[in-house]
Amino acid sequence: MTEALPTRNAEDWRYADLAALAPLWPLADAEVVTVAAGGDYARTIVQSDGGVTRLTLVLESKAVAAVYILNAGGTYGRVEVDVTLHDGADFTLGGVQVAGAAQTMEVITTVTHAGPNAASRQMVRSVAGAAGVVSYLGKVRVERGADGTDGVQSVRAMLLDRSGQANARPELEIYADDVKCAHGCAVGELDANGLFYLAARGLGPAEAKALMLQAFIAEAFDGAGDEENLRVLAQARLEAVL
Amino acid sequence: MLQITNLSATVADKPILKGLSLTINAGEVHAIMGPNGAGKSTLGYTLGGRPGYEVTGGSVAFDGADLLALAPHERAAAGLFLGFQYPVEIPGVSNLQFLREALNSQRRYHDLPPLSGGEFLKLAREKAGLLKMDMDMLKRPVNVGFSGGEKKRAEMVQMGILDPKLAILDETDSGLDIDALRICGEGINAIMRRPDKAVLLITHYQRLLDYVKPDFVHVLAGGRIVKSGGAELALELEEQGYEAVA
Ligand SMILES: Nc1ncnc2c1ncn2[C@@H]1O[C@H](COP(=O)(O)OP(=O)(O)OP(=O)(O)O)[C@@H](O)[C@H]1O
Ligand SMILES: [Mg+2]
Repeated sequence: MTEALPTRNAEDWRYADLAALAPLWPLADAEVVTVAAGGDYARTIVQSDGGVTRLTLVLESKAVAAVYILNAGGTYGRVEVDVTLHDGADFTLGGVQVAGAAQTMEVITTVTHAGPNAASRQMVRSVAGAAGVVSYLGKVRVERGADGTDGVQSVRAMLLDRSGQANARPELEIYADDVKCAHGCAVGELDANGLFYLAARGLGPAEAKALMLQAFIAEAFDGAGDEENLRVLAQARLEAVL
Repeated sequence: MLQITNLSATVADKPILKGLSLTINAGEVHAIMGPNGAGKSTLGYTLGGRPGYEVTGGSVAFDGADLLALAPHERAAAGLFLGFQYPVEIPGVSNLQFLREALNSQRRYHDLPPLSGGEFLKLAREKAGLLKMDMDMLKRPVNVGFSGGEKKRAEMVQMGILDPKLAILDETDSGLDIDALRICGEGINAIMRRPDKAVLLITHYQRLLDYVKPDFVHVLAGGRIVKSGGAELALELEEQGYEAVA
């Protein structure tokens, strides 16, 4: 029997575009990647025409992994990343989402610190244009014995229009002592004073917004191997929703 | 160059400018002084087209065109430069990138080709040199972490790069130390003291006017120009205050 299509009651699907999900259902299993002890892994996910991407990473002792995501195309784009960190592993996630009219973009992460002294950093920057929906649902779970965990979630969203929607839900579940977890979460609008300042120097409204948004998303791609390419792709999407 | 006729404007539905008239010709330097809250910055913002500053009467002609019909960025491209009393910080956007895009937008407006990266850097270096500002400052985000005086100096570098016809400088002198005041004053002269350009200085003190000698000094009070005179008016005001003079 195939699994039933989720409903909005399911926490992880609360903001999903279920109509767009239906034809994709049932989803294929997640791709599973195990990074061996001391190993290195980097992955870039560019979601440009809709669909669900699921990635499961297992980081063995002292493995280092970085995942960069640009989630910005199609009617419904969903990227799920599930990461388990063992002793001393290190995980970085940098994500940018852009949604314009009738688009729903979401990043769903589950980061489990299973061993001690592992570090995870998630930085997600989302931009919603008119009638666009962007969501980040991120769970950091620190298991018993995972002392010395360092987990950071930095989540910010920008609404370009009152009709856009941004959802952010960073969650912590901690069962160990001696844990350093921080999350910051903010939804805002472009600074009107900044926009006027740029206009007063000659930048048109769309140019001024694009410049400020470029700065807003930039740090999410810091350190990506193909940073420049990601920036260019993101910029094109941003200009399209302005 | 600039002809303001009977200009009235409101901010948050509150009338601030109440029938202000002022004419500035090419080659002239004008200074506006006036008590706190008189509407000096409001005049600058209204001319710059800041959202929320609503014109309720009067007209403004800039080089013969209707300034008030233009969007803020078009006013800039037409040659208007507004120096801010409180320059705005823009995190993550470097001065150099911002200014290059701004200049090239203005050039596009006039159907001119954009400056290349090299050409722009040369220009930026020259203007930073004129204002004795370290190029490294221009690599930093716009005004972020700049001291009060550094912000004002950076604005003069911006003015040098954008090369406007008319500069409205709102308390550019405030926050500048003694040396910076001289450097900015000389910078304003070097950039703007030309027969085809004009300057409107908004200031509270004579000190900037020692470097940038005004041809006319006006007192703005209660949303209107209540008195005009020559350079000597600023000295009189400084000695006697607004109540005695205006
Ligand atoms: N957003 C606003 N809402 C209400 N009143 C405002 C607003 N902005 C400005 N004002 C008022 O408009 C008046 C004029 O302000 P403005 O900044 O133009 O004065 P100013 O002459 O530049 O003063 P200063 O010398 O202190 O810089 C002040 O009374 C100020 O409180
Ligand atoms: Mg003022």
